[in-house]
Amino acid sequence: MTTKLSVKNVYKVFGPDPKDAMKRVKRGETKDQIFAETGATVGVSDASFDIHSGEIFVIMGLSGSGKSTMVRMLNRLIDPTSGSVSIDGQDITQMTRHELIELRRRDISMVFQSFALMPHQTVLENTAFGLAAAGVARGEREQRAQAALESVGLGANSNSFPDELSGGMKQRVGLARALAVDPGILLMDEAFSALDPLIRTEMQDELLRLQSEHTRTVVFITHDLDEAMRVGDRIAIMQSGRVVQVGTPEEIVRSPANDYVRSFFRDVNVSHVFTAGDVARRDQVTVIERAGVSVRAALELLKRYDRPAGVVHDRDRKYLGTVSVDSLLGCVKGLGRRDEGKIEAAFLHDVPVIDKSTPLNDLLEPVAESPYPVPVVDENGRYCGTISRAILLLTLNRSEEEAA
Amino acid sequence: MMHLLADSSGLWNTLGSDLTIDLHIGEGFTAIVNFMQAHFDLFFTIVAAIISFVADHLTTFFNWLPAPVIFIALALLALWRVSWQFALFVLVALYVVIGMDLWPETMDTLGLVLAATLAALGVGLPLGVLMAKSDAVRAVARPILDFMQTLPAFVYLIPAVIFFGTGRVPGVIATVIFSMPPAVRLMNIGIRHVPVENVEAGKAFGCNGLQLLWRVELPLALPSIMAGINQTIMLALSMVVIASMIGAGGLGDPVLAGIQQLRLGIGFQGGLGVVILAIILDRLTQSFGDRKRGDGLFTRLKALFTRSASDDGNTHSKKAA
Ligand SMILES: Nc1ncnc2c1ncn2[C@@H]1O[C@H](COP(=O)(O)OP(=O)(O)O)[C@@H](O)[C@H]1O
Ligand SMILES: [Mg+2]
Repeated sequence: MTTKLSVKNVYKVFGPDPKDAMKRVKRGETKDQIFAETGATVGVSDASFDIHSGEIFVIMGLSGSGKSTMVRMLNRLIDPTSGSVSIDGQDITQMTRHELIELRRRDISMVFQSFALMPHQTVLENTAFGLAAAGVARGEREQRAQAALESVGLGANSNSFPDELSGGMKQRVGLARALAVDPGILLMDEAFSALDPLIRTEMQDELLRLQSEHTRTVVFITHDLDEAMRVGDRIAIMQSGRVVQVGTPEEIVRSPANDYVRSFFRDVNVSHVFTAGDVARRDQVTVIERAGVSVRAALELLKRYDRPAGVVHDRDRKYLGTVSVDSLLGCVKGLGRRDEGKIEAAFLHDVPVIDKSTPLNDLLEPVAESPYPVPVVDENGRYCGTISRAILLLTLNRSEEEAA
Repeated sequence: MMHLLADSSGLWNTLGSDLTIDLHIGEGFTAIVNFMQAHFDLFFTIVAAIISFVADHLTTFFNWLPAPVIFIALALLALWRVSWQFALFVLVALYVVIGMDLWPETMDTLGLVLAATLAALGVGLPLGVLMAKSDAVRAVARPILDFMQTLPAFVYLIPAVIFFGTGRVPGVIATVIFSMPPAVRLMNIGIRHVPVENVEAGKAFGCNGLQLLWRVELPLALPSIMAGINQTIMLALSMVVIASMIGAGGLGDPVLAGIQQLRLGIGFQGGLGVVILAIILDRLTQSFGDRKRGDGLFTRLKALFTRSASDDGNTHSKKAA
């Protein structure tokens, strides 16, 4: 697991005399005290955390807790008062204006709560915005923008104007605009908070689907626990400018750092919160990417990653079957020396397939009876991940504790 | 009581004579003007040369254009940007101008207004951008703009006459200065009111300062900018009329003649000419401030000829289907 983004002792003070306010912060004065005496607002105070490559890292907290300030320091829309922010080991607080602009054009893009589309541009032009700023030639940028629009299901709307779209569609454009530059890091500041609950869930699924198709490092801001639990691989919780806890949803639910964190979960029954889809994503399993791959190649892959079993899906991530080292070996034995063999022959028949919306309570039996982690698919049959016995027991165990 | 009053008025008199100092504001102003005349002579000569070049050529050009060309051009513009009713109004109104025998005056005024507006926008719009970008510039510019807008229009004529004598050039210069404030102000407001997240989006996707201005701030501020341009044109028109007092010429002349010689009829005709020009310029420039993506001129024309007279005139509505 490599570190993509590293935040170290970052502070942000808004106001006339940040230096004085910083001294007071270090002396241990509270945010309210400092505001009363100097008029300076401590937006973020001594934040430190690492974000791993390819994870969805959620920053959650009440309104005013410093989430927007924090995420804007990751691309320096806001300059930290002190501390460092590193991307791939490079400290962006030391970057020149020019380097910073290059970074924003290539490596990091952003999705906004109010969508922030340009009303005078078509959907296609909006999507190509970042590419245009980077000076990409018209033909290429329109082609890439169109591809990005198609990936969010808006391929047919490229000539519309933003005011002709619904909120959910607008945010899909916002998402496409961010994806079109093919960034390593995606920042999302309350990106779905302005949407209706139904559309909101739909967009969360969309994000997870996009993530399963092309893994990026996502920093996702929300004030909503359900959303945090649904999309987050790990969650950081902010309380009046401080990061009070960082961990997987399970860790945070199991051992909240303080009453503030606990208060988020007061009304939440975790076994209702979690469905098969939620648990599945977190289980990393070797995936064999192509149908028609040979038996020998698959066996090689499993051995290299030292895995007992692997999942086979096609280019659209449609789930095809599960193979194990044993089943592959069985096939290889029946082959001639030159023969590569079709992988379909090695599919296991005793592994059930679980729909991602299945509640955790209904999972116990199939998962317990299956010899290998159980694959989970969405409504279109696309592969979402697998659930192992260990993960399931861990989750259920925790929710019982919570209920007690 | 009475005693007290008498006392205090006595006090006031002594205070008045002892404490009132003549601030010599008038003399100070004269000194400044004299100084500038003595030392910036070349500057004023150049400004005068440029202004008279532009103003002369524009007025000559409009007078050289055959009237039918202007009829057609303005009517088409009106049809494209506003509606066929307005295009009809433009035709009738221009015909009235010809009927009043004020065509050359109207064309003079149009040329002067355009020359002054171009200069006012050329200076005012960039100034507005600076004002939006820098709080320091805004702090300095704001009181000056307030001052300029409260000053009565013909006060501007005095320094113009002093520096440039009488005629077209001082008229245009006074007009430029008088009509500039709304362009500056509304550019500033427009840019400052662009939604924060749009500006952030611009920056987050790697715009540099100039790109941010061109791709985000100016387009989103466009309605405000167009309102500023519209106001500048309107102020320029009113000032050009007043500037006929110092010999700028144009539609102000018949109005002035009406006042000075109490010739009601000719004064009224001049006034009507001004109003007609004002309405045409106002509606046309306002239409460019609408965010509406109007149909192209060709579509409008086609709609006009294919649709019957029962048309409800709602030409803003999307395609005929
Ligand atoms: N530009 C600013 N100037 C002054 N105070 C600010 C500014 N931006 C944010 N703040 C303050 O910093 C704190 C954190 O704000 P923010 O990061 O927007 O919180 P959140 O996104 O979690 O709601 C708040 O107290 C807010 O008032
Ligand atoms: Mg916020």
